[in-house]
Amino acid sequence: MKSLKRLLDRARPAFGPKGRFHAFHSIFEGIDTFLFTPRDTAPGHLSTHIHDAMDSKRTMTIVIVALLPCLLFGMYNTGYQHWLAAGETIFPFWSLLWYGFLSILPTIVVTYAVGLGIEFFVAQYRHEEIQEGFLVTGLLIPMIIPVSTPLWMVAVATAFSVIFAKEVFGGTGYNIFNPALVARAFLFFSYPSQMSGDAVFVATNQPFGFGPAVADGFTCATPLGQIATSTSDTLSVVGIDSHAISSWDVFIGLIPGSFGETSCLCILIGAAILLFTRIASWRIILSATIGSVGTAYLIHAFANTTYPATMLNPIDQLTLGGLAFAIIFMATDPVTSCRTNTGKWIFGFLVGTIAIIIRTFNNGYPEGAMLAVLLMNAFAPLIDYCVVRANINRRQHRLKLAGSDKS
Amino acid sequence: MKISIKRGRDLTLRGAIIDNKVESITPRHVAIYPEDFHGFIAKVDVKVGDPVNVGTPIFHDKNVPELQLTSPVSGEIIEVERGERRRLIKVVIANDNKYTSDKTAIPDNYNDKDSLLKILAQSGLMAHIHRRPYDVVARPSDNPRDIFITAFDSSPLAYTSNYDTEDVELMARAVNFFHNITTGNIYISRRSAEQLPDIPGAEMVDVKGPHPAGNIGIQIANIAPINKGENIWALSTDTLRRIGYMLANKQLDTKTTVALTGSRVKTPMLIKTIIGASMADLLNGRLDEDNHHRRIISGNVLTGVKIDMEGHLRFPYTHVSVIPEGDDVDEFMGWASFSPSKMSVSPSYPGKFFKKLFNPDARILGGRRAMIMSGLIDNVLPMDIMGEYLIKAAKSHDIDAMEQLGIYEVAPEDFALAECLDSSKMPYQAIIRESLDYIRGELE
Repeated sequence: MKSLKRLLDRARPAFGPKGRFHAFHSIFEGIDTFLFTPRDTAPGHLSTHIHDAMDSKRTMTIVIVALLPCLLFGMYNTGYQHWLAAGETIFPFWSLLWYGFLSILPTIVVTYAVGLGIEFFVAQYRHEEIQEGFLVTGLLIPMIIPVSTPLWMVAVATAFSVIFAKEVFGGTGYNIFNPALVARAFLFFSYPSQMSGDAVFVATNQPFGFGPAVADGFTCATPLGQIATSTSDTLSVVGIDSHAISSWDVFIGLIPGSFGETSCLCILIGAAILLFTRIASWRIILSATIGSVGTAYLIHAFANTTYPATMLNPIDQLTLGGLAFAIIFMATDPVTSCRTNTGKWIFGFLVGTIAIIIRTFNNGYPEGAMLAVLLMNAFAPLIDYCVVRANINRRQHRLKLAGSDKS
Repeated sequence: MKISIKRGRDLTLRGAIIDNKVESITPRHVAIYPEDFHGFIAKVDVKVGDPVNVGTPIFHDKNVPELQLTSPVSGEIIEVERGERRRLIKVVIANDNKYTSDKTAIPDNYNDKDSLLKILAQSGLMAHIHRRPYDVVARPSDNPRDIFITAFDSSPLAYTSNYDTEDVELMARAVNFFHNITTGNIYISRRSAEQLPDIPGAEMVDVKGPHPAGNIGIQIANIAPINKGENIWALSTDTLRRIGYMLANKQLDTKTTVALTGSRVKTPMLIKTIIGASMADLLNGRLDEDNHHRRIISGNVLTGVKIDMEGHLRFPYTHVSVIPEGDDVDEFMGWASFSPSKMSVSPSYPGKFFKKLFNPDARILGGRRAMIMSGLIDNVLPMDIMGEYLIKAAKSHDIDAMEQLGIYEVAPEDFALAECLDSSKMPYQAIIRESLDYIRGELE
């Protein structure tokens, strides 16, 4: 450790205002503060002298740790779905995981390279420290898109969201929309054929030549995709090998879908981590769950075949598709959700409600969670405004009472 | 009256006072720092070599000349220190240890409000009273709606003393005096009747709950909030007692009891000494000597002032905390630590689950960021105030928004705990102080 510290100390002058590598000082500072806690101490006046050990780096790291179960499961499931598609009957665990790892690795590398590249550049330009927010965004993006999305699209979408959804507003902490969802929405509206339909949710290629071959032209719809196009009175959802998918399969997550969103079990593990560390707001999670299940019950009571998703069991509504993932990891983003406690209840409830409404009554688009969260991101400041207004009115009312006392 | 504060947090730090061991220390010199009294624009009345008595004016306010800061000892002026642009930093007075006192002329009956206010202002004790809004020194022209007095300090490592019947008598005298100044109520907040018996003439308020329950701003907000256009006086029972003493004895009581606390103090203890006592006298031989840097704070670790061994005890003259500075340690990836000795209210640090006392140093432990996590201020600011929105309005210098969001009800110290716990490391106290000064400059 000491030698590492000495190395950094020796390198520091080169990155200083007059140093040769000043153009990279934000990168150096990023690495330096990552490795060693800064020695900066509190000013002596009009400031607290002690500080809580919690900082932005740890906050973001905890979110990443909470995402890991979903990420690992996504790798396994990607392999599993590929093996199914290839018609294999034996599922070697490590091969499946390795296949999934190789499939997702290029996407993760691309999002981090593009996103962090832009962040470094902006930090340098603004003379700020590098902000950690993208560490989470960069991992979220690969997890909420189909695994076979072309890399150049991922790069374009990441660049778009980092620049236009975040940096133009001022960077982490100032953005209105969740950058990961903006990236996904950008992909969805720009390249719909690559982002929806029957052909994209199962990896059919052989990354780095690994894994069994899958026949050309293979298709398999996600469960929600099958439901949206269903015309019969009874819903039947089948997997790649045509076996019926049970609620248990859905809960575990061994179904086709976006890379990291399929497993409710892993999402719940992530939720437990976020709630235990109090990084996610329990108010949003609870109210979004109530909102979505409540709405699902309501529409299930009026089920008809015009809108096949209305026939879905309310609990399945929660476990299928990206809703659970969106509630735990997207709606709880503290920057883009409501910031007042009352606002959080309203925000979460509407996220759940709108997600189910979009998914059910818009047959063209079988998953509504992304749009619901983005829509509520736009409304969050308005909700907060009303909550704050109520506080202001209370104060003004008190002032009037005090005034009438005197007269 | 009883109030119960729910939101807040008691930080458990190492170095609290365990037994009530008291030592008396006579300082060789004392100092008065005008900057301790925010809003007081100092003009110095003495020069080096002048002899002074207890109660002799040292400074007066530029705008309100009868508002004075007075000498706590008798002796001789040995230093008048000025800083940039000749701003007065401090006046140091050598203590001749005789405590010869200037006699204050106290009228026998308290009818003439103006002359009472003048006595209070000239004694130097009015400067020990804070005025809300703006959290500045009180002035004779304030005409306060109510007067709020707190008998306890809930901040980390602070010591809350019990008062005896003699104290109560003096305080009752001061309360009686205050009734001539305000037509409103005089509220005295205490932990319990054992800590401070009932004082005739005052409304006693029993306060339960964690820090910042002892902050007067929190008590005001939960008893009778300040509205725009109203003035409130806020003081401690120590000041109240000193006013009572002055009324009874026609001279100043400049003795004070200081809690010497913190992890770098050998034995945390109470010290009876004089207002403004020199640190060299107070701390000599009482601190841990090792090679690491330390930070000496006059006051508590949340709102105090950093001083050094050459410095002096600063207002409110009741507390000294000594903690490690921390600028001489290298911690590898401290943000990823699972050490139980890390102080945090976050459950991601295991320290929360051990019944352990923390020993934090003065490091900020992270870079400054935009506000990311929400609800933090609300969790530790037990007032009906949208703290985060008030901070945002303050940062954008929007006076209308600040008024609407309750800037008149807050003081920097009310945001100290939030600043300490914030993961974005925002300087809330400085933001509030700056915006209070800004509004005051615009409106007064």
